Amino acid sequence: MTSTLRALLGACAVSALSVAAQAETITVATVNNGDMIRMQGLMDDFKAKHPDIDVEWVTLEENVLRQRVTQDIATKGGQFDVMTIGTYEVPIWGERGWLVSLDDMPAAWDADDLLPAIRGGLTMDGHLYAAPFYGESSMVMYRKDLMEKAGLEMPEAPTWDFIAKAAAAMTDKDAEVYGICLRGKAGWGENMAFLTAMANSFGARWFDMDWKPQFDTEAWKTTLDTYLDLMNNYGPPGASGNGFNENLALFQTGKCGMWIDATVAASFVTNPKDSKVADQVGFALAPDAGKGKRGNWLWAWNLGIPAGTKHEAAAKTFVEWATSKEYTELVASKEGWANVPPGTRTSLYENPEYQKAAPFAKMTLDSINAADPQNPTVDPVPYVGVQFVAIPEFQGIGTAVGQQFSAALAGQVSAEQALQSAQSLTEREMKKAGYYK
Amino acid sequence: MATKHSRAAARLMISPAVLLLLAWMIIPLAMTLYFSFLSYNLMSPGMERWIGFTNYQYFLTDPAFFAALTNTILLVVGVLIVTVIGGTLFALLLDQPFFGQGIVRIMVIAPFFVMPTVSALVWKNMFMNPVNGLFAHLFKALGLQPFDFLAQAPLASIIGIVSWQWLPFATLILLTALQSLDQEQLEAAEMDGAPWLSRFIHIMLPHLARAITVVILIQTIFLLSIFAEILVTTNGGPGTASTNLTYLIYMQSLLQFDVGGGSAGGVVAIILANIVAIFLMRMIGKNLEA
Amino acid sequence: MARAVSTRRKVFTTALAWGLGLAIFFPIFWTVLTSFKTEAEAIADPPLWVNFHWTLENYVTVQERSDYFRHFWNSVVISVGSTLVGLIIAVPAAWAMAFVPGKRTKDVLMWMLSTKMLPPVGVLVPLYLIFRNLGLLDTRTGLVIVLTLINLPIIIWMLYTYFKEIPVDILEAARMDGAGLRNEILYVLTPMAVPGIASTLLLNIILAWNEAFWTLNLTAAKAAPLTAFIASYSSPEGLFYAKLSAASTMAIAPILIMGWFSQKQLVRGLTFGAVK
Repeated sequence: MTSTLRALLGACAVSALSVAAQAETITVATVNNGDMIRMQGLMDDFKAKHPDIDVEWVTLEENVLRQRVTQDIATKGGQFDVMTIGTYEVPIWGERGWLVSLDDMPAAWDADDLLPAIRGGLTMDGHLYAAPFYGESSMVMYRKDLMEKAGLEMPEAPTWDFIAKAAAAMTDKDAEVYGICLRGKAGWGENMAFLTAMANSFGARWFDMDWKPQFDTEAWKTTLDTYLDLMNNYGPPGASGNGFNENLALFQTGKCGMWIDATVAASFVTNPKDSKVADQVGFALAPDAGKGKRGNWLWAWNLGIPAGTKHEAAAKTFVEWATSKEYTELVASKEGWANVPPGTRTSLYENPEYQKAAPFAKMTLDSINAADPQNPTVDPVPYVGVQFVAIPEFQGIGTAVGQQFSAALAGQVSAEQALQSAQSLTEREMKKAGYYK
Repeated sequence: MATKHSRAAARLMISPAVLLLLAWMIIPLAMTLYFSFLSYNLMSPGMERWIGFTNYQYFLTDPAFFAALTNTILLVVGVLIVTVIGGTLFALLLDQPFFGQGIVRIMVIAPFFVMPTVSALVWKNMFMNPVNGLFAHLFKALGLQPFDFLAQAPLASIIGIVSWQWLPFATLILLTALQSLDQEQLEAAEMDGAPWLSRFIHIMLPHLARAITVVILIQTIFLLSIFAEILVTTNGGPGTASTNLTYLIYMQSLLQFDVGGGSAGGVVAIILANIVAIFLMRMIGKNLEA
Repeated sequence: MARAVSTRRKVFTTALAWGLGLAIFFPIFWTVLTSFKTEAEAIADPPLWVNFHWTLENYVTVQERSDYFRHFWNSVVISVGSTLVGLIIAVPAAWAMAFVPGKRTKDVLMWMLSTKMLPPVGVLVPLYLIFRNLGLLDTRTGLVIVLTLINLPIIIWMLYTYFKEIPVDILEAARMDGAGLRNEILYVLTPMAVPGIASTLLLNIILAWNEAFWTLNLTAAKAAPLTAFIASYSSPEGLFYAKLSAASTMAIAPILIMGWFSQKQLVRGLTFGAVK
């Protein structure tokens, strides 16, 4: 061995030592939802296992988070080492080589345990680009007591007609009970997530195979009319400003008869600590209109590592910990099985303790499995995604269309005007983006 | 008294400020101008290409542009009207002798210290929320249907919130001006039997003109770029009912990541802001001359 | 002759002023009050005024969730830092403009103010790129630079209008007495300028403390001030009024208290030349 080589090896060893001795700090950008906040409270466990890694949190509201991380990753700002991103971003970013591939996660992490629908959405050309933290579909949550009072029984797989009938029967505005709560706040991840999924069940689609927007079709008109009809007659006041969180607060305080939204809400509305109606909640699959598709979506919050981070190894260690089976058990031991992050792993749904603690487990799994991002609606589409269209332009278009529909809900424009504006603005943006002349 | 020597010294003293502001203005502006001629989406790196005035064409023909322009003007003018009139009345009131003047003054100026984000959050959730807000409770207690402020009257609600934040500023400036008013002149007029209104119109108001101009100028500077209040309360909606120019550009460049389009919007907004600036400066210049 | 005011009128004015003052102050009062309630009590109808379970639980939760003191310290460093740097640049400039005015002085001043009218969103992406290249993202230095620059026009203008009101005759008199430029500044001008500088300083700290666009967009974890702290509470998770109130109270309390204690100093120079 030459002395140079020995010196080199020595230097490597020394530098490796100094890295190990000095705690490495990684910055994690995350969304301010309950599960992520809970994780921040459980960091002692991570610290005990990995004393050499410090974690700094940046917790932001969903829209702000999305803007901040996209801006940072696209400009290679390098401010974050781990980003919380949705199923919409992962395929687009993965394709651009912006994310570190997670193919080399240790065997104990067990990638094969991930639910196939969720894993499929995070895989691009055979590479896994993000680790799912929790997954969700959407379903109907309803108040058993109110349903009984109305003399109705919720089928396991209701139709939109039944929902309308039940909403009418449950509404009691004097007692501040509104038959149905749905998202109305403008945003592609807010009202448009719900409306796009709902439109699928009516056989509507965003684009035909030539990328022409389809808001001028009968299917969209039926969708929007049904939605407005439900909300105007049986919805809460101020619905055009309600997103997931606002509706959650309404449902927890007993003001909604039914609520069609993310399956993760199930653990919040059945938690007696936060919910006044915890023991009265029933679940059903998202409604359909007899066209073979249901109005449920598929979404996951995932942890991704931006390519080019200086702390790739530490970031991977953190992602592995946060999305592992052990983390699930940790949450279960501290907060009970009902509160573990759902929707990502097969093993969780096979766990009898979870099945016992979470009455909504089966419904959640069925809903997730029922969603098909490749074939979201009745007719063929050129895009991937159930409640979104996985193209970069969609965030802008989706939000702009969402604003039109939100305005229609607020009564500022008619349904027809809203659809017309949606059609023309989508066509405009697609033209600008160069999909056609 | 200004000698050549002191003039040179003066120039030297001004130059750091001027140079810094020039750099602060020109560097980002030049980049914005350059981007505005590109097809540049942050989500599609490496695809930038020169597209001439296309971004401008799209921005200016966007139906949201006209709405945003109107909303910007309504927002600025609305808040100015409320704060100038309200501020004048408050100043007149606080100028009177009464018990506990110090405490009342402290209460009145308090909103000025509150972060815009916080005030928007508090107003939106704890007051204007149609189910759990205090106004909703109040309406119900009076037997009325709760009013959904941010959906039914989004722009007016935002004007209300912003006015609440700026009323203290207007009040303070106008009060200081009022206190410097020559009391003898007022009393002389009172002795002459001039009624209060005529004293107000002929003596106080001309005296306050300068202060009002200052209030208008400073507030306009801040009001043109109102952003946090809209982001927190309505996200510009419903529809585009509360989208102002700043928010429209934000949507283009940071929600759609269309940097090219957003930059074109930025350039348009800069031009419009400068028109307002020239107009204001004229007015101010006239009033502050001498 | 002093203004003779009848007691009746004074009582009436008192009632009116207190009524309006309380109305203006009410949202802040209500926020602070709500921060001591439980979540369920926070949305109670009819609203609860005194008879609820006073608790500090919300403050504990908020502190556990996001390290308040670090955000607070960042806010202090950024707002005080940018104000001091701003004053160092602005005082000489405003002094020169006020005492050695040239033909262009007014135009320069107006131009400076007009730079404040540029919409910040329009230049965020370019600035983000510049900051990335200079390694200034998520640093307090970067924020001090930006906040200094955006508030500089206001500082200069405020100081200029204040300095202008210092009578030039005094300078002439001092000069006649043979005082040098140094003494002129030190003994004559400084005492007269201090109230104006103090009030500019206070106003600028308030503006910098409350600036929410740049501070949120150019920081991540290390340099994030209170505006970023509050941003994570901006949308509800279930019941959240009490926690929001606690976080809001924590974010505004320092500047509110500072403002109240120094309001006399703040008001004294806050005329922008509006008073003749």
